[in-house]
Amino acid sequence: MVTPEAGLPDPAGGPSTSRRTRRRLRSRPAVRDLLDEALAGVAARPTRLILTTLGTVLGIAALVGTVGLGQTASGQITQRFDLAAATRVVVQPEEKGGQEGEAATQLPWDAPDRVERLNGVEAAGTVSALDVGDDLVRSVLGLDGQRNGHALQVMAGSAGLWEAVRAVLSTGRFFDAGHDQRGDKVVVLGKHAAERLGINRVDSQPAVFLGDEPYTVIGILDSVTGRAELNDAVIMPNGAAKTAYDLESPDAVEIRTQVGAAQLIAGQAPVAIQPNDPSTLAVDAPPKQGAVRKGVESDLNALFLLLGAVALLVGGLGIANVTLLSVLERISEIGLRRALGAARRHVAVQFLVESVIVGFLGGLLGTAVGVLLTVGVSWMRDWTPILDNRLAFGSPLLGAFIGLVAGTYPAWKASAIQPITALRGT
Amino acid sequence: MTATAVAIPAPVVEMIGVRRFFPGPPEVQAIREVDLTIGQGEYLSIVGPSGSGKSTLLHLLGLLDNPTGGVYRLDGVDTMSLRERRRAVLRGERIGFVFQSFHLLDHRTVLENVALSMVYVGVPRRERLARARVALERVGLAHRTDFAPTTLSGGERQRVAIARALVAEPSLLLADEPTGNLDSANAEAILEVFDELHREGMTLAVITHDAHVSSRAQRQVRIVDGTLQW
Repeated sequence: MVTPEAGLPDPAGGPSTSRRTRRRLRSRPAVRDLLDEALAGVAARPTRLILTTLGTVLGIAALVGTVGLGQTASGQITQRFDLAAATRVVVQPEEKGGQEGEAATQLPWDAPDRVERLNGVEAAGTVSALDVGDDLVRSVLGLDGQRNGHALQVMAGSAGLWEAVRAVLSTGRFFDAGHDQRGDKVVVLGKHAAERLGINRVDSQPAVFLGDEPYTVIGILDSVTGRAELNDAVIMPNGAAKTAYDLESPDAVEIRTQVGAAQLIAGQAPVAIQPNDPSTLAVDAPPKQGAVRKGVESDLNALFLLLGAVALLVGGLGIANVTLLSVLERISEIGLRRALGAARRHVAVQFLVESVIVGFLGGLLGTAVGVLLTVGVSWMRDWTPILDNRLAFGSPLLGAFIGLVAGTYPAWKASAIQPITALRGT
Repeated sequence: MTATAVAIPAPVVEMIGVRRFFPGPPEVQAIREVDLTIGQGEYLSIVGPSGSGKSTLLHLLGLLDNPTGGVYRLDGVDTMSLRERRRAVLRGERIGFVFQSFHLLDHRTVLENVALSMVYVGVPRRERLARARVALERVGLAHRTDFAPTTLSGGERQRVAIARALVAEPSLLLADEPTGNLDSANAEAILEVFDELHREGMTLAVITHDAHVSSRAQRQVRIVDGTLQW
């Protein structure tokens, strides 16, 4: 039955050269070409691309937004902690009750000056509680002395104390180094002390009496941080306290440090104050950062991450669904590509790359939306937006990975389609 | 096969006792004992009614399907022993397909559609586009390169498909009812393109149920119930 036709038109020359070029072309399709084909496949249906990425966009946006807002919110909490406590260091003599009631050591009067020389200290001042015996505090030289007196805490401080405890005045002024040196009989009233004494203005230079001694009220505090007892106290300069109540040495040094310097200053301050025997001083410093912050953050983030993960799962299923649909719809294209010499894996790679591109685009868009969300909410609440760089840069990659996982089954499905079924009909 | 004349080049297609059975039940013997040789530069038509097995024969010729038994050599290469990946390479390099329904990608330009057939044989992009332009000129569509296939007439689309089949310089052009979706004027234009290709030395196998289309070929083969008659 074999019928080699004699007298065939001998194709002169042509085929033999073309066969030589063919051998040269034996190489596989370039990776670049497969990428181009996948990109063209994605770009061919822009509306569908947008709808497909929507799930991933929402998922990644939810993830980035919730984690970002979580970090931002807990950042605000810790910032508040920071301001209140993390910059406060207090130095006082070690309590040695056993040694026949004797104090282990005495703080020098120039302790604040010594401490302020340290790098990282913003302000320092002494504070002491005065033993005033039976002296009561009265606002007016009493017609009925005994009954108008108040058993208020009387304290003494250096001029630097105010800055060290972030004192804010409601009226008047603080006493300064001049008052201190001259031993002026002036006082600043704590907020609650002023209320109890019925003094709310200082422009008429009101006086209070400690025992029988008059002191001029020059200022009233609105708030202090750290040493709350100042709010209930009548505070005079050290100079006045030395003469009136024989104050021998300060009780404690209040130090305000720069943010982050507290640990360092806590180590250096005792040496600066008492170089010959720093161990006789006790230092009260904030706990190391981390413990508190981590607790808050991990609680918040666990919840947020769970939400984001659910959203991403839905996004991934969306990609898988649409890609599968698109495989069925493009059956004839698959058949054509196989007829043009595409191997099964070329078809698989094309669909896989397409869904990775979709996932990556979704991740990119979602990250942008999430970052905008974080910044927007922070702006409205007057927060400092905090976002982990790894999150911002990793999220598009996460999107691509989701695309990869979601595209695996459809890609396998596409590669399993027989070219003859794909080319039949239509 | 006689090896008397050295001048006669090896046949492009050589099928000996090729069978294709589809496992049942009931088992369908779509192709039974087909012997077919197509020499270089030959213009062959395969005619037959629907259900005669001509589509199956086309799939076998085009390496889209595997015979159940027999020997099929394409360009002297024994295709029976090839693995799928190698068959895909051979298909891409040696065979150009023209389908009844054109199978153009609607979202790509005419030029890109033609160039597509060189992607999987590894022709660099620049060369692909240049060769695609030449192929489009050859079928008289040089002015349509940047059009979308959807804007072309049926005849023009089929000519794009022919350009796509030609551009990779195949050994065999396989056409499956190439005029099936065309009116008579457009069909005539396509047949003229085939005539010209034949004159230029291309090997063509056209599968059709249309006697007029079949009559244009240099040699006609009938397929009935899975066997060839002539």
